[in-house]
Amino acid sequence: MNFPILSSLILLPTIGALFLFFIKEKEGNNSTIKYVALFTTVVNFLISIYLWIAFDQSTSSFQFIEDRTWIKGFINYKVGVDGVSILFIILTTFITPLCIISVNNSIKNRLRDFLIAILIMESFMIGVFSAVDLVVFYLFFEAGLIPMFLIIGIWGGARRVYSAFKFFLYTLLGSVLMLVAIISIYWITGTTDVVQLYEIGIDVKYQNLLWLAFFSSFAVKTPMWPVHTWLPDAHVEAPTAGSVLLAAILLKMAGYGFIRFSLGLFPVASEVFTPLIYTLSVIAIIFTSLIALMQEDMKKLIAYSSVAHMGFVTLGIFTLQQQGIEGSIIQMISHGLVSAALFLTVGVVYDRMHSRLISTYGGLVSVIPKYSILFMLFALASLGLPGTSGFIGEFLILMGAFKDNFLVAVIASIGVILGAAYMLWLYKRVVFGKLLNEDLKKILDLNRSEYFILSCLAAPILFFGFYPDPLIKTIEVSVTDLINMHNTNIASK
Amino acid sequence: MENLNLVLPEIFISISIMFLLILGVFKNDSSKITFNLSLFAILITTIITINETFSVTRETLFNESVVIDSMSSLMKIITLIGGFIVLVISSTYLKTFKMHNIEYPVLILSSILGMMIMISSNDLIVFYMGLELQSLALYVLATYNRDQLKSSEAGLKYFVLSALSSGLLLYGCSLVYGFSGSTNFDIISNQLNSEEYVLTFGIVFILVGLAFKISAVPFHMWAPDVYEGSPTTVTLFFTIVPKIAALTVFIRFLYVPFLNLIDQWQMIIIFLSIASMVFGAVAAIGQTNIKRLIAYSSIGHIGYTLAGLATVSNEGIQSSIIYISIYVIMNLALFSCLLMLRRKDQYYEDIEDLSGLSKNHPLLSLCLLVILFSLAGIPPLAGFFAKFYVFTAVLEQSMFFLAIVGLLSTVVAAFYYLRIIKIIYFDKEKDKYDTDHSLWLKFSLTVSTILILLYFIFPSQLIEVVSRINII
Repeated sequence: MNFPILSSLILLPTIGALFLFFIKEKEGNNSTIKYVALFTTVVNFLISIYLWIAFDQSTSSFQFIEDRTWIKGFINYKVGVDGVSILFIILTTFITPLCIISVNNSIKNRLRDFLIAILIMESFMIGVFSAVDLVVFYLFFEAGLIPMFLIIGIWGGARRVYSAFKFFLYTLLGSVLMLVAIISIYWITGTTDVVQLYEIGIDVKYQNLLWLAFFSSFAVKTPMWPVHTWLPDAHVEAPTAGSVLLAAILLKMAGYGFIRFSLGLFPVASEVFTPLIYTLSVIAIIFTSLIALMQEDMKKLIAYSSVAHMGFVTLGIFTLQQQGIEGSIIQMISHGLVSAALFLTVGVVYDRMHSRLISTYGGLVSVIPKYSILFMLFALASLGLPGTSGFIGEFLILMGAFKDNFLVAVIASIGVILGAAYMLWLYKRVVFGKLLNEDLKKILDLNRSEYFILSCLAAPILFFGFYPDPLIKTIEVSVTDLINMHNTNIASK
Repeated sequence: MENLNLVLPEIFISISIMFLLILGVFKNDSSKITFNLSLFAILITTIITINETFSVTRETLFNESVVIDSMSSLMKIITLIGGFIVLVISSTYLKTFKMHNIEYPVLILSSILGMMIMISSNDLIVFYMGLELQSLALYVLATYNRDQLKSSEAGLKYFVLSALSSGLLLYGCSLVYGFSGSTNFDIISNQLNSEEYVLTFGIVFILVGLAFKISAVPFHMWAPDVYEGSPTTVTLFFTIVPKIAALTVFIRFLYVPFLNLIDQWQMIIIFLSIASMVFGAVAAIGQTNIKRLIAYSSIGHIGYTLAGLATVSNEGIQSSIIYISIYVIMNLALFSCLLMLRRKDQYYEDIEDLSGLSKNHPLLSLCLLVILFSLAGIPPLAGFFAKFYVFTAVLEQSMFFLAIVGLLSTVVAAFYYLRIIKIIYFDKEKDKYDTDHSLWLKFSLTVSTILILLYFIFPSQLIEVVSRINII
């Protein structure tokens, strides 16, 4: 029990990156480099699975806590997991090895540096989800900008510089206000330890401003309308593995932050600002779905669909209902798997045709059937067909929403229909129809590694679609207690 | 009899200067030996300072005109170490430009002596003496590459403007003396109270003079030109060592003689701080020369240190000192990189010259990456912690406006640091640079980069050292 399992989860990828740093980069070494990276991340995945098995589902308090003095008399390095965060850690350790397998064709130059960036990114992301101290959280949250900036900027597409700058400055601008809020919390309460803060609570008169400061950071990261514009750019220009990390994990940091900090620390303010969140979420769902319908670039379409899906997530979180929050967490996990899969499917055809435009394709089903089947599965999961994990999340969120606010729920349900519209239309244009483009006839179906990655993603999507129990059991107690805490806080004020 | 042991560092360094001068007169071609001896002298002085004064809580000498306390000792040590590294990494550069003669180390030593006197001063006259000693040495250093027009221009500009500011400073000192009847800081502190409004003029004049020395906006105009024109090694010296001394004096003035007049100077400091942070960030965006860019970035960084001073609390002062220490390390690292941009005896200092550096010099680029992100204040690098401490102190006093403006200007500043990273990593490569750098240069780059990178593992140590400084 005393083994620092979370710290080793955080540190291991960095150590792997350090190893890679000392391997010389030349032609023959590429496979060695990849295997080292893959080995590190797979070991990390296994450790996280062990973490899940050893995780006690019957309590909502933090487990595997490590608490060390870091800055004397000021901040402790404190990490731990509870039902809310553990699934995100597993999602991170699960997606990263798949990213590393997927870099086969897409990354031509400086493979070693790319993998180092991905590994360091993994460290920071696990750190974000396991931090139980506001300053430690902020540290990891911000640090992730560095590798992502480089991933987009060095290995990205044509407009990579613009996108990298936009991504970096947008997120930094959002975060600095959160830093002000964190330091203010320290001076108001005398601690930045989340566990203690849950117990002490923060004076109501400060809550609104602090909530807004946190919101400014999370809203950019989620991203919520109208500050979502960095996302399509970043997604489109990033290399496939970068898009996958961005969509699958980076966006979840904000949703996680909303649950852990906005709800947990500022219960009164969360009630106050629920209408704001509802409005922005509904706009995001409807508006970005409509934008997604118009897109001609596949990656951009999926990016906009991410904004819409994250709109569901924020909506669910602020219903403050058991189903809503559970739904949001499951939706985030599911979106992590599905959006990763969709970006990878786009990546597969992009590697062959070097075009992301929908008009390039058409009639793929007759050339690459295996691909088309998997693509269909992911498209259906994205639109939330029963039997896929996407359905469970959306359904629970809407259930929570109907309990809380009928009108919002109705409008959000329209978003589900729009989601089906753009996904199915995309699928129709890419996979069905006449095979007009002569070049398409020559392309090959999925190779072994692609097939492996996509099946790895398809399996949990289907499994949790039919049997979401393991997920729900893990998060249930934590969410119940969070809501109870919230209600007692509201009642007492 | 006074305890002269406490001023042994100053005595030793003065004797070394005289000895080196005599050596230069009597020995032909003594540049190399003077250089090494001066390094040795700084090293010994550092050791003496650590030994003799570091454990002293507070002692005064010579009718209380010199004070030795934990702040003066720490700042002297940083000054000396900074001076040592600056000198040791500049030898290749000096040789290239045929500036490797005996005056250079002697001038550096005299300016360091001046700064040490400034740091320890507890009296207006002693302070002014130290200030002029360091300034005179710095004027000559700025023009050191006298064959170049730019260097002469830099020296002249620096001389004229600096003399002007010294005049203002002196005028302020005389006003303060007129009101208090003494030049001693402690006595002034007891004599002054906020009732006398004419005294504000004195304070303003002194603060203007000091703001000029640390190049805070709006008294920064000299900095970009002087930094660009001076030889790179001298610019390096300018950006770190005099700043430490000037900052110490700033702290001393604000918190000893003017402690009772907080109402009158606090707004001025807040204004200087905000103006420097914002202007430093905005003006650096359009620069094409790295040295000019560093000038603006150092103006911005001075803004953050001033933010710590504006808080009127021990935590604020400590955070400023932490900030300046980390800033010194970052600047040393940055200039070590700059000194490595050499191709066939020619040094490059345009930002465009960094283009595509990462392809030919991956390690150098990685160091630059770390340094630049740290300067931009991105966690988990040292620069983030520097800002973090300052803003923690600022927010303790509920100065939200200062904190938010400061943090927003870090976002603007991040843009120009990112621009350099973009040029290094995303752009097309140019010709290779020479790689036969001196061992010291490599050493200083490696150590400072590692310190910046791994600072987050042991952040407590620096705080512990600095927390002994309790002025108020």
